[in-house]
Amino acid sequence: MEFKGEMALSTEATTEHKTQLGADELVINMGPQHPSTHGVLRVKLKLDGERVIGSECVIGYLHRGVEKIGENRTYQQFAPYVDRMDYVAAVSNGLGYCEAIEKLLIVEAPPRARVIRTILTELQRIASHLLWLGTHALDIGALTPLFYCFREREEILKIFEKYCGARLTTHAFRIGGLQYDAYDTLEKDVERFCKDFVSRVVEYEDLLTQNRIWLGRTKGVGILTATDAIAYGVTGPVLRASGVKWDIRKAAPYAAYDQYKFEIPVGTTGDTYDRYLVRMEEMRQSRLICLQAIENIPTGPILAKVGKVLKPPPGEVYHAIEAPKGELGYYVVSDGSVQPYRVRIRPPSFINLEAFDRMVRGHLVADVVAIIGTLDIVLGEVDR
Amino acid sequence: MADEPKEPLPSPVPPGEKPASTPLPPSTPAAKAPDVKAPAASPKPAAPPPPKPPVVLQTPLNNELVGRFRAKFGAAIVEAIEDRKQAIITVDRERLGEIALYVRGEEKFEMLSDLTAVDWPKREKRFDVVLNLYSFAKNERLRLKVHAGDGEKVPSMTSVWPTSNWLEREVFDMFGIVFAGHPNLTRILLPEEWQGYPLRKDYDILQQDTAWVKENLGIDSGQ
Repeated sequence: MEFKGEMALSTEATTEHKTQLGADELVINMGPQHPSTHGVLRVKLKLDGERVIGSECVIGYLHRGVEKIGENRTYQQFAPYVDRMDYVAAVSNGLGYCEAIEKLLIVEAPPRARVIRTILTELQRIASHLLWLGTHALDIGALTPLFYCFREREEILKIFEKYCGARLTTHAFRIGGLQYDAYDTLEKDVERFCKDFVSRVVEYEDLLTQNRIWLGRTKGVGILTATDAIAYGVTGPVLRASGVKWDIRKAAPYAAYDQYKFEIPVGTTGDTYDRYLVRMEEMRQSRLICLQAIENIPTGPILAKVGKVLKPPPGEVYHAIEAPKGELGYYVVSDGSVQPYRVRIRPPSFINLEAFDRMVRGHLVADVVAIIGTLDIVLGEVDR
Repeated sequence: MADEPKEPLPSPVPPGEKPASTPLPPSTPAAKAPDVKAPAASPKPAAPPPPKPPVVLQTPLNNELVGRFRAKFGAAIVEAIEDRKQAIITVDRERLGEIALYVRGEEKFEMLSDLTAVDWPKREKRFDVVLNLYSFAKNERLRLKVHAGDGEKVPSMTSVWPTSNWLEREVFDMFGIVFAGHPNLTRILLPEEWQGYPLRKDYDILQQDTAWVKENLGIDSGQ
């Protein structure tokens, strides 16, 4: 992964496709109201015939000023807001925020809280990947996986609902640990889900992995090399599919990840098919983490000693976790008052989407849909 | 520079005092647990605890990395501190370009995780531009900072870390900091015609570009 010279910027158009078909250049709009853009993403595509020679993402339709809101709320008040960024992985968002503030306060969640956090976060990763798989396959034309994926996702959401009463914007954790202890049958529910899930992944793979249409639509589409991936700051499954074995759960373990054995799947070519394989394997690995975690949930308190009014000592932290979409970082500056002086959220979707232009050039319009899907973006997080 | 503090940074405090790591509200009466240490005959059970010395978690950083920085760039390294086990180096704004190339190339911080800004309006140079870097080779994070006054340009990092293209646009959008050499410095999240920079401290949370809202949305207020 050596950098050789200056990286070519995405603004430099690839000339090899220029007027290849002898057609005039055409600029078309995709979105913001398009089912395959996964929300309100608008993409301006510059076309030469059917081929994309340039693109521009227009974002911000869902901008709510989350960071500004954060500066005007107390530390605890802001916690539910982060669930609304990546709203299909609210548990992960909450974990990142709570851990960042704990780091700022220099407290640590008790072991029991950390294990329960890990279980719920890994379930959330599976749920997020399932939603990705269902919608991505749907975009490309495979209708069945959507129903399968939602069936299993429902089981996970039921566990969340039993745990904290909410399915989507869960606000499951509190700064310092957990608000609620695990309910009596949490282990049983998770175990049953994990037991069923192993055969369910096989079902999805039966539908797709060897499917000729799926292979045709994903192999060689949207290739991102390792060098490019790092240069563009891409993280998560997209980075790993390009062959970079890097996962924050291993590189800088948080919650209880240092206690469990799991593998980091990596791809080789960095195309859409590799990203599919990586995410499929990640779901299996998450299942293994859940199974290990429920075996031995430590007893003890679930909340560290934090005051009712949080006044972190002045200073700043950057804390990153491996969210389902990539590195989710919180950069929080405290001036010693009850409100954060600055909350910056490093959104994985936003930065992964930046590489979109790089990936889409030279491909057909139909592939644009596949590339948006494979990036697994959530516009609530892109726009914040 | 571990990502997770394994133990509280301040050295253990005497048992009589509250540990510095668990700040409690100053209004909390000291005698919430009277049976532990406080004598029952304490005349003033609600006396506030004696004021603690302010917790200072920022210590000067003098490791090898900073040594190499100082040797190479001398006075361009304004400050190097450690805060909660994170390395933070403040550098001269004018020389950020060459420092960034060195950091990416020789120090192997290949990835720009994040680029953002913090507004300190009372300071002479009100903005901090903050770069959070990560090195795959060393599994380390590093934070570079530059100070910039209102209207001062910061060198763009787009030729060093292409990630910074959108990140710098966002900082421009929210703070109005101009990045010299950026290929396309336009607003990214807000509408292009929007007036004002929302993440500046003097921009109220309820403030908005009412003219824009009226013209484009046809309503008096977006609130």
